[in-house]
Amino acid sequence: MFVLKGGRVVDPASGVDRQLDVRIDGDQVVEVGSSLDGKGVDCRGAIVAPGFVDLHVHFREPGGEDAETIESGSRAAAMGGYTAVCPMPNTDPPQDNAAVVDYVWRRGREVGLVDVYPTGAVSAGRRGEALAPMREMYNSVARVRMFSDDGDPVPTARLMRRALEYVSAIDGVIIEHAEDPSLRDGQMHEGDVSAVLGLAGLPAASEEICVVRDIALARMTGARLHIAHISTAEAVDAVRRAKAEGIRITCEVTPHHLALTDEAVRTFDANFKVAPPLRSQRHVDALKEGIANGTIDAIATDHAPHPAHAKDKEFDYAPCGMVGLETALGVVLTELVDPGIITLERAMDMLSVAPATILGAPDHGGPVAPGHPANLVVFDPEETWTVDAMALTSRSRNTPFSGRKLRGRVIHTILRGEFSVRDGEIDHG
Amino acid sequence: MRPEVKHLLSITDLGRDEIEEVLHTAASFEAIGEREIKKVPTLRGRTVVNLFYENSTRTRVSFEIAAKRLSADVINVSSSASSVEKGESLRDTAKTLRALGADAIVLRHPASGAPALLARFTDAVVINAGDGSHEHPTQALLDMYTVQKHFGSLEGLRIGIIGDIAHSRVARSGALGFSRMGARVFVIAPPTMIPVGVRAFGCTELTELDPVLGQLDVVYLLRLQRERHREPLLPSEHEFWATYGLTRERLVRLKDDAVVMHPGPMNRGVEIDWDAAESSATLVEAQVSAGVAVRMALIYLLMGGQATAEVA
Repeated sequence: MFVLKGGRVVDPASGVDRQLDVRIDGDQVVEVGSSLDGKGVDCRGAIVAPGFVDLHVHFREPGGEDAETIESGSRAAAMGGYTAVCPMPNTDPPQDNAAVVDYVWRRGREVGLVDVYPTGAVSAGRRGEALAPMREMYNSVARVRMFSDDGDPVPTARLMRRALEYVSAIDGVIIEHAEDPSLRDGQMHEGDVSAVLGLAGLPAASEEICVVRDIALARMTGARLHIAHISTAEAVDAVRRAKAEGIRITCEVTPHHLALTDEAVRTFDANFKVAPPLRSQRHVDALKEGIANGTIDAIATDHAPHPAHAKDKEFDYAPCGMVGLETALGVVLTELVDPGIITLERAMDMLSVAPATILGAPDHGGPVAPGHPANLVVFDPEETWTVDAMALTSRSRNTPFSGRKLRGRVIHTILRGEFSVRDGEIDHG
Repeated sequence: MRPEVKHLLSITDLGRDEIEEVLHTAASFEAIGEREIKKVPTLRGRTVVNLFYENSTRTRVSFEIAAKRLSADVINVSSSASSVEKGESLRDTAKTLRALGADAIVLRHPASGAPALLARFTDAVVINAGDGSHEHPTQALLDMYTVQKHFGSLEGLRIGIIGDIAHSRVARSGALGFSRMGARVFVIAPPTMIPVGVRAFGCTELTELDPVLGQLDVVYLLRLQRERHREPLLPSEHEFWATYGLTRERLVRLKDDAVVMHPGPMNRGVEIDWDAAESSATLVEAQVSAGVAVRMALIYLLMGGQATAEVA
């Protein structure tokens, strides 16, 4: 038993935002109040919030262990303040059946630093042809209810329609990587910068086309649709209209799409290569507006590790993706909270409560209240630090934020009453 | 040159003064090419590597002659004979060449930005000899040299770059370079061959050739870069020829003192008529011979020479 003492509890799930002590016994919060006695952990000056939930990571295991493993990814997640993460199924073999999702879920439990909820593939082999055994994955120990062919879009309206229909039976959700399959033959956002760099462009309309198609199918089927890593003004607007209409749609945005533009590609550094690509300032502004007006529900990192040899290449030949678990909090505070786009409470909602709700994981996302699992993050909202790619916990170093100053850093992460991170370091106890 | 100009990766690495410095220095080197002994000892003991990941005779030979006339040791490495085919990365190739003592690397590569990557891995001077659809800055320099020599100045000239702009590194470097020197650049092409964002080149985009043809001082033709097309961009070559080709009919409508240029290789009957290619208005051969002098000047200046020094 111990007490988190003197921290500012920011808990969007219960609407609390004030200085409170939190007593933890076993795996639960047992008491929240003022001046609680008992063995204390000094949290003065820090924020205590529900542990973060990432709807979108790539842990590369099985098959890509050179880039990341469930263990190394779990460590990176804990360091970033996460207590739950959802690895995407583009592993090798893919998470398209009960055996693989079981393995990923169990391996997450063995590592024990963060709850690992694998997302299942929509299509068998992620080939975009036949449905994967989604019911079997739901019935497995992993209880999969989120499905995605992320890395690729669901290629046809026909398959998307059937996938939405099929998962409605288990109140599942299809997560779309929204890029039109015929407009994906490019390297970066199409615009002024791609023109000068001579890199093939990925037009913003590619995302809009796919989102609008999927909205029509979500309307038709009544099923749940979630748009991954939304990146364009027009797609945000389409989601806003769909929500107003009552369609069951949610969406997430990545920290990198908020903090960076296509200008970063001018160096030809492949650490800035990602799908969807870094967009122009107009789109970044629209994403921030979409956050402010509530259209965008969640922050998700799309943590996509790649080994140095894969990224250290000609831009055309390098794979897409960036690591993000360890920088997400800092980017959110620096880019969204500091400039007053959202409150700290809303930031905690977007990092924890909203994604936990989309995932359907009642153990996560608070509330910070007696009788609830002690899945918590404690962070210093003032600490300014400089991102050092070599110092990341992830096995990969492909951060786009190397050298960037961020404000806000995790002190402790607590999973079911146990420290996964204590004083900024992985707790091995 | 400013000391911070270590490499030539893009024509925009050079300010207007530096472009003028290269062109001025090239003029003195051109005189050397007219002598019986076409060689100066300037870079004796230095090594220049021509690292070519794409086939190119014209550009490679031009760089080779330029470096040899400066008395540098020249090594040609081409992709068919190199470790690239064994899977060696650009980083490791760069380190190997540096360990072998390369002082400058002239890189031709199919991927945009490869010279920028190479420059991160090596202390050697990196000269971009054409990267993907990005840039070909020495082509722009030799084109500026050729036009300046012909007209006396670049200021205020109307330059029409015609054809496959989207896939042309020559068009990018040329548009950026000529407009930096005060010329007015028009890119003229079917809309499918004008990249989105083309205004960033500092030029005017047009989809019709005929209305401006008679106003152009320089008619700069590009070939269709079919090897870079990932999807159909034209219904047919014939339609391109009919709308944008320098036909005999268009040739006679040029301004009296207009010149015709082409970076080569020319496709006669696709973008340029046989007669037009042979006409007295073309500067194609002048472009090729300017290439050696301009590349000598550039190698010399990037490898530590002074424009004011007695180069000859």
